[in-house]
Amino acid sequence: MWEIEELDVEPVTTVIPWVNSSKCRLGFEWGPGDMLFYETVKGGGPKGKVCPLIHVVRKDEEMYSPILRKLFNESHHIFVGLQRSQEESTSKPKTHQFVSISKNYRSVIRACIEELQHIAVSSAVSALTPQDYNQISILLAVELIWNLCEILFIEAAPAGTLLLHLLDWVQVHNAGVDDEAQELLHSEDPAQHPKFWDVVICYVLQGRIQEARQLLAKQATQKPAASSMFKTMDGLLKKMPVFNPSGNQTLTEFELKWGHWYEECNRHLEDSSFASNSNMETVCKILLGDKDTLLSQKKHLTNWYHFLVTRLLYTHPAVKPQDLQYYAQECMVLFLKNRIEPEPLDSILLAAFKFDILQVIKDCSIALNNWWFVAHLTDLLDHCKLLQSHNLNFGSNLREFLLLEYASGLFTHHSLWQLAVDYFDYCPEFGKAYLELHIERVSLDTERKALKVLRICEQRQMTEQVRSICKIMAKKSLHNNRLGSALSWSIRAKDAGFATLISDRFLEDYCSRGSFSDLELIDNLGTSMLLSDRLTFLGKYCEFHRLYGEKRFTEAAKLLLSLMTARLAPRSFWMTLLTDALPLLEQKKVIFSAEQTYELMQCLEELTSCSEQNERPSEQEDDIELTKVELLRLALARNLASAIVQEGSVNAF
Amino acid sequence: MFVARSIPADHKDLIHDVSYDFHGRRMATCSSDQSVKVWDKGENGEWHCTASWKTHSGSVWRVMWAHPEFGQVLASCSFDRTAAVWEEIVGESNDKQRGQSHWIKRTTLVDSRTSVTDVKFAPKHMGLMLTTCSADGVVRIYEAPDVMNLSQWSLQHEISCKLSCSCISWNPSSSRAHSPMLAVGSDDNNPNLVGKVHIYEYNENTRKYAKAETLSMVTDPVHDVAFAPNLGRSFHVLAVATKDVCIFNLVPLRREPNSTSGPTKFDIQTVAQFEHHNSQVWRVSWNITSTLLASSGDDGCVRLWKANYMGNWKCTGILKGDGTPVNGTSNQHGMLTSPLGSANQTIQGSLNGTSASRYFFPPLEPPRAGSRWSSYAQLLPPPTLIEQTCDADTASHQLPHPRRRYTTRPLNPLPENEGD
Repeated sequence: MWEIEELDVEPVTTVIPWVNSSKCRLGFEWGPGDMLFYETVKGGGPKGKVCPLIHVVRKDEEMYSPILRKLFNESHHIFVGLQRSQEESTSKPKTHQFVSISKNYRSVIRACIEELQHIAVSSAVSALTPQDYNQISILLAVELIWNLCEILFIEAAPAGTLLLHLLDWVQVHNAGVDDEAQELLHSEDPAQHPKFWDVVICYVLQGRIQEARQLLAKQATQKPAASSMFKTMDGLLKKMPVFNPSGNQTLTEFELKWGHWYEECNRHLEDSSFASNSNMETVCKILLGDKDTLLSQKKHLTNWYHFLVTRLLYTHPAVKPQDLQYYAQECMVLFLKNRIEPEPLDSILLAAFKFDILQVIKDCSIALNNWWFVAHLTDLLDHCKLLQSHNLNFGSNLREFLLLEYASGLFTHHSLWQLAVDYFDYCPEFGKAYLELHIERVSLDTERKALKVLRICEQRQMTEQVRSICKIMAKKSLHNNRLGSALSWSIRAKDAGFATLISDRFLEDYCSRGSFSDLELIDNLGTSMLLSDRLTFLGKYCEFHRLYGEKRFTEAAKLLLSLMTARLAPRSFWMTLLTDALPLLEQKKVIFSAEQTYELMQCLEELTSCSEQNERPSEQEDDIELTKVELLRLALARNLASAIVQEGSVNAF
Repeated sequence: MFVARSIPADHKDLIHDVSYDFHGRRMATCSSDQSVKVWDKGENGEWHCTASWKTHSGSVWRVMWAHPEFGQVLASCSFDRTAAVWEEIVGESNDKQRGQSHWIKRTTLVDSRTSVTDVKFAPKHMGLMLTTCSADGVVRIYEAPDVMNLSQWSLQHEISCKLSCSCISWNPSSSRAHSPMLAVGSDDNNPNLVGKVHIYEYNENTRKYAKAETLSMVTDPVHDVAFAPNLGRSFHVLAVATKDVCIFNLVPLRREPNSTSGPTKFDIQTVAQFEHHNSQVWRVSWNITSTLLASSGDDGCVRLWKANYMGNWKCTGILKGDGTPVNGTSNQHGMLTSPLGSANQTIQGSLNGTSASRYFFPPLEPPRAGSRWSSYAQLLPPPTLIEQTCDADTASHQLPHPRRRYTTRPLNPLPENEGD
């Protein structure tokens, strides 16, 4: 056999057009789903003749085939189901559960194959690319391998049952005979059809005895002269013992019975019972598992593993699993004798027959163009505890290695990345780290997508990623002048500094436009307004406006004053607040009490004395400012007077 | 892997650096023509140049994006002895209509007296910090204390490396596990056998960066260094571009109890050393999860390296030019049509690890030339599976028609419209 482990093979070469490698250096940059390449210099390089191109190099496109996306999507459900059932169940999982999961995976592959075929058949113009056709053949091979692994490793069928499963396997994957049989039966005279014997022999080779008998019966009625020969053959076929795994019969009893039947077949051959009809004789020789006769039927067998199963059926129907490899090896060599080297599919199947699981996985990794198959199969086999016999932790490492590769590939796709999240969840060693690195690279094109990514991070307590996403979104919203959105993202990010900055922007906007945008958001801040003082002020200030609008003047006045006395309002905003107080002061009804008015006055004095120390603004601005202050002082004094009068008269009563 | 498209970059001189933004939706290019260009990826995957401006008065060596948390910010460094920070602002409305964006210079960092050879933003958990290194052997670390005001940068640290510096790399892993750490490479080609890669570590007590380690085994000029993402490991991984490609593990040694203040000492293990480029290596860079390392050498090739699950590193892919010289001024768009077809044939790839082939274990036999599908052809099912045509008319594409043995479950609908 050939050694695989340390074969050194040239790596894959990709050629980039219009780049003269001998004269330049190739610069590159990693991207999320592609790589960029560009020509650059060795040392200085000559100036002038340059025409710089940037080449976008992509990996294979198969991820983008819509049908394969269904494969990825469907198998994700099965994968997650398997992991959950393992987490939840306390009892030792049963083989049949694993077999049914394996069958689910295979039926997804089947569905894909059939869908591709359906497209091919239903559309007059070929809707499928050559890649699609290749994809079909790859999927067929994958299903073939998976099915065999299911029989040998997962089902681990014992002697007797084993062959029945293998027979099923061969029948499913060599189903061409059914079409021919249909054609035959729909012809005018099936017995005279040129393909009559081909179909009979195919049936016998696949162990489909009932169907063979039905066909032979048609021939028998037309040839009364040979009726005894047909009767003999029918008798042999009818008597052929088939192992019944659910019956009471032991394997020894079956083998004994089968031995008798085999003797009988042999006797008929020696008696020349079928000598008058070469086809009948061939059938008889097949029943005896005659090597040369079987090999002469290569065109019906089509492949060595069909040959293997047929030969076992008619020579060793109770073959033991551990003996399979010898027969497999022999049959392969006999069947492929003209070919020098077995092809990858052959060696993968042979490795399976040898129960060399690791070799199957390795060979499949090499021969197939995506990680889908190896990742899912290895995961399933690992759950079946089949990888543990390999040294130490190795089994789980191999599983995780393959799952990480598969999921990383999914992450480069604009929608499939969501499936990858679950795969990373079930990789105990590096899954979390991989997820963190990948998910923060998902481009947050829309709010909806950002929320989706955010939810995934929140569910996994990835606090740093949550903060970062919110921060990015806040920054982005601000960049696009969407203050409301920027504010709510910075609240989510718990970014006090940024919330302060945006609050200031809101206040600036208010000062220049006289109204607030996103009032509803600010009104509903709740406790989140405590994130920053400025945000609290913004919230409270909006509340003041609401109260004012609702004509709840006393409350509004109290709130307004407290914004200054509690030093919550930035000094730069005090003049605005005092100006807001003006109409309240001018009301007929006294709103600010004497005490409150004193406090307002104090605020005003504090503000003016403060601004005197600072640089003086331009004269014109100064004039306006001075007029404002004078107006305020007047209003305050008048209000104080009325308040004292009112308070005095109230007390007097 | 195959060339999906080629973009005429429209620089008047050689490109020195191309940099993706964090999400891969934008890229920046810089050139000897003293300009930087910003490109945005459209819905259809096409790249559009949305800004192009003169940034320096000399060749621009490197351009790098800040983390998007800090907004749309670029840093560039140049032969003109400066580094600069640029910020995108919302431009005039007619700019937007033309699909153009507006970038303004926030600061010029003029402390270097020689060419600034590399510029890197520090990991975002450290705040908005920018590092430069220059040919005079000084590494400078700047900080924008107010991330809302990018015009104020203060020079926080100056590290004198004594050797001409060519490259810097920050250890990207978060500070909880270890102090901030950066690697500096030198392209000094004095024959003196001095280590050309230094590791500096921030010391909380002295509030200074101190040399933690010198990679004494690297004595040839170094042109690039790259820390790998940590992935929660207890050690750090550093790739070095020198006369070969090297990968080192830096395993922190346990501190002695009485020397808590000194820098961490490391056990430096050479994990891989590849001479495949047969020449000077210029760049090394990791993919997102550091499962692949790419290197570029004077042989004109980029090589991809990957470890299998046993931790053995192997070259899994080579990218190189086809040797056609570029003909100066002819219509580039016209040129872009034909040879791309041939480039499409280039075999299955290993980018990002979606292809299971190759680097996991080498294949049994080399793929036949000419088709990227050739290696699967060996996996074609046997003839009967193929030859049962559904219809004689479709003979050109013969299809298998398996017996419908499994009742196929209806497929669940795809998660709809995930793209947004």
